[in-house]
Amino acid sequence: MKTAVIVFPGSNCDQDMYYAIKDGLGEEVEYVWHAETSLDGFDAVMIPGGFSYGDYLRSGAIARFAGIMPAVIKAAGEGKPVLGVCNGFQILLEAGLLPGAMLKNKHLKFICETVNLKVENNHTLFTSLYKQDEMIRIPIAHGEGNYYCDDETLQELKNEHRIIFTYNGENPNGSRADIAGIMNKAGNVLGMMPHPERAADALLGSDDGLRLFQSILNHWRESAHAAYTS
Amino acid sequence: MPLTHLEPSPEQIEQEKIYRTMGLTEAEYQEVRRLLGRKPNYTETGLFSVMWSEHCSYKTSKPLLRLFPTSGSRVLQGPGEGAGIIDIGDGQAVVFKIESHNHPSAIEPYQGAATGVGGIIRDVFSMGARPVALLDSLRFGDLNNPRVRYLFEEVVSGIAGYGNCIGIPTVGGELQFDNCYNGNPLVNAMCVGIMNHEDIQVGQARGIGNTVMYVGASTGRDGINGATFASEEISEKSDEKRSAVQVGDPFMEKLLVEACLELTKHEALVGIQDMGAAGLVSSASEMAAKAGVGIHMNLDLIPQRETNMTPYEMMLSESQERMLIVIKKGNEEEIQAIFARWGLHAVAVGEVIEEEVLRLEHRGKIVAEVPSDALASAPVRHMPSKIPAEYTENQSAPNWVPEIKDYAGTIKKLLAQPTLASKEWVTRQYDYMVQTNTVVAPGSDAAVIRVRGTKKGLAMTTDCNAKYLALDPKEGGKIAVAEAARNIVCSGGIPLGITDCLNFGSPEKPEVFWEMEESVKGMAEACKALETPVISGNVSLYNETDREAIDPTPVVGMVGLVENLDYVTTASFKREGDAVYVIGKAAQEFGASALQILTEGKAGGKAPALDLALEKKRQAQVLEAIKAGYVSSAHDLSEGGLAAAIADSVFGTAFGADLHFNTDPAAELFSETQSRFIVSVPEASRKAFEAAVDDAVFAGRVTRGELITIDFASETVTLNRPELEKEWRGALSCIMSAEN
Repeated sequence: MKTAVIVFPGSNCDQDMYYAIKDGLGEEVEYVWHAETSLDGFDAVMIPGGFSYGDYLRSGAIARFAGIMPAVIKAAGEGKPVLGVCNGFQILLEAGLLPGAMLKNKHLKFICETVNLKVENNHTLFTSLYKQDEMIRIPIAHGEGNYYCDDETLQELKNEHRIIFTYNGENPNGSRADIAGIMNKAGNVLGMMPHPERAADALLGSDDGLRLFQSILNHWRESAHAAYTS
Repeated sequence: MPLTHLEPSPEQIEQEKIYRTMGLTEAEYQEVRRLLGRKPNYTETGLFSVMWSEHCSYKTSKPLLRLFPTSGSRVLQGPGEGAGIIDIGDGQAVVFKIESHNHPSAIEPYQGAATGVGGIIRDVFSMGARPVALLDSLRFGDLNNPRVRYLFEEVVSGIAGYGNCIGIPTVGGELQFDNCYNGNPLVNAMCVGIMNHEDIQVGQARGIGNTVMYVGASTGRDGINGATFASEEISEKSDEKRSAVQVGDPFMEKLLVEACLELTKHEALVGIQDMGAAGLVSSASEMAAKAGVGIHMNLDLIPQRETNMTPYEMMLSESQERMLIVIKKGNEEEIQAIFARWGLHAVAVGEVIEEEVLRLEHRGKIVAEVPSDALASAPVRHMPSKIPAEYTENQSAPNWVPEIKDYAGTIKKLLAQPTLASKEWVTRQYDYMVQTNTVVAPGSDAAVIRVRGTKKGLAMTTDCNAKYLALDPKEGGKIAVAEAARNIVCSGGIPLGITDCLNFGSPEKPEVFWEMEESVKGMAEACKALETPVISGNVSLYNETDREAIDPTPVVGMVGLVENLDYVTTASFKREGDAVYVIGKAAQEFGASALQILTEGKAGGKAPALDLALEKKRQAQVLEAIKAGYVSSAHDLSEGGLAAAIADSVFGTAFGADLHFNTDPAAELFSETQSRFIVSVPEASRKAFEAAVDDAVFAGRVTRGELITIDFASETVTLNRPELEKEWRGALSCIMSAEN
């Protein structure tokens, strides 16, 4: 599996994502500069955390106009796994690949800590190696992670089991329905505030995030195999 | 048109003594005249006034700084460049420095703190290193004061805003509160970087004919005279100097880091230096002076974000996120291409010349011409010093001994004091995990980050108990260094060296200067004994409000090498049944202890004494025991003594403790006798541990559960961990949620 990690000028979790895939997963991974225009040849796309263009306006608001974004949208349309973490999630919302918007944390302060997440749906290409309702420990680090959507969208997300992770215990940022991560209708685009790439090595406290990347890899192997045999 | 015609003439500057309002003394002005052989014009007077300010020249502290040991077998770069460098093996090196931003933070706390972080990061990457960690040593006044709460809240936000955005983890530091910092908080930021030996850069303008380039953000009118402002006392008038505080842009700095690290791999690069305090003038004159050359600079080419800036304004601006570089002539376009990719300016603004002068051209005229080394060599000031009356009184005061009726209640009160309480309210605002190398997060003795691709780690800490120094600056100075080393050792690291930030009041007061002398002597002695040379540092004087000086606060930033990440040890108990040892006996030493400050409201008497030979022996033995794998947890005893250390060992765990002593309970629990540790040891390792560590006394066991029992002949102290932890954890956020 060959993964692209998109690098905006203000990305700061690009290397963390790169190493989670290279060292944690042991798979091929490349940085792709925001000014590039193609993601052909990649099997999965990661939009890492950071402050894409400084984010002084609204997180991700400028990034959605980057040269690489049409290629990200194309990859999503082709059914390739697209994962946006933290700022990456904010960018996916701004780009319209996922519904809803992000507000400032309810206490208005940046929060960095390891939180308990509940796996709400393990029937996805991102979560197949977790148990349904499993509790996992993944770090968060954000100032704008207070996910918001209207009632109708929330109902739709619930009905279609597209809420993938929720905060368990205290909700750190005030997000609607304790949402920590959601998926698109087609099931190949996941946006989440917590950082699975920061939980890919037990030395740093938790490797609960590694299974997310392993799930993507499993899916790729199975679909590649399916493509080969069909 | 720039309003240069409104500037006073050289004659006016002399006759009306305008140089004095710019910060030069009578004698200094005369020295400038002598060096130039003529009267300086307005721009030139400005150049000297900032470069000869205490902040840039260290003119008062220089004679003291010479006392520090600065060399060692591992030292690759000592003081004098952007930051110091120490070898960590495998062709790699660690780079670090600490710097103050006290004065700006007192006036405009968010930007003051943010730009403090930005400045120290530039010092580190200008050496060719990738910044990998930040630490912040903070001091504030009484949190009951709404203004102090505002300063505290905004400083923390400023640090978070900058560090989180740029993507460098803020992994540690310290936080203390005392009335002496009410109007003058201390904001000291430290940055640590990692590099390969072959990438080491210097801030030198070598090679006649080479090109001087300006890279990074444009120059505006912000921060003009910041360095001069930082060399005065804070007063009611300081608010008028708000424009002397710079504004930071962490996104811009992120771009600058990446572009400059690409640049340092380019063979055309000759020298690179941050435009920090005193901006263009300091970077240009220092780079020229260090290489024994001159620089001719055309100010019309400086990227400007405001119109009609005068040479004075451009040279003295402290706009952030700018660097000055010197490259081999003919490579300008290649260098511009590197910066263009990151959307940054890289403009050729001058050249290296043989004549040793800084020559500034503006609109076709030479507007300033001064010898390069003159700006960098302010006349050293030898200040008188005098032993303060308080010191003599304290030394002869009877030894204060507490009378404690309720031990458990006292411990609870002590742990809820802001200085001892959990710092989570602060640390959770910092991204301490980005870069995914943080092995030990904030909260233990030292933070530890791994060196990716190796088995090694770096342990880092900042330390200074200013209350000890207030009673005895020499002993307190020694303790600051020793305690930092103790923290490194407890984390499994070998102390490598220090950076220091000397925060004091006005050196013009003989008593304050005496404190400086004594502190430095004490620190130097400890650095020699513990083999931790000083590789970089910063001096911040005139930390006073309404003429009251702060306690002497020379902050020590120390980095240690963890040779193998298997050695990493934290303060928390790990296993039920582990044996608990206390290393070192407590004496009746309560001077400046957290207990004395809690019960008496102030420090008095003698500070704890430090025996450096004993300290060194114990540190070596504890480290050997850790490396041999005998130790489950290790923690040094500092503020709050054994009582606080026991609490630290059980908080955040599912454990309690069952401990027995046949000593005096007050001294055992609250004395702040130095060179003490609490460690837990698995049963199987007890014999080996006891053989390895001389002064370890078995005190009891780690238990599973909520109770901590500390048994003495006369007294049994029983504590409930969840109850105590709740007080400790909630204390700061409780104060900070109070209505203003």
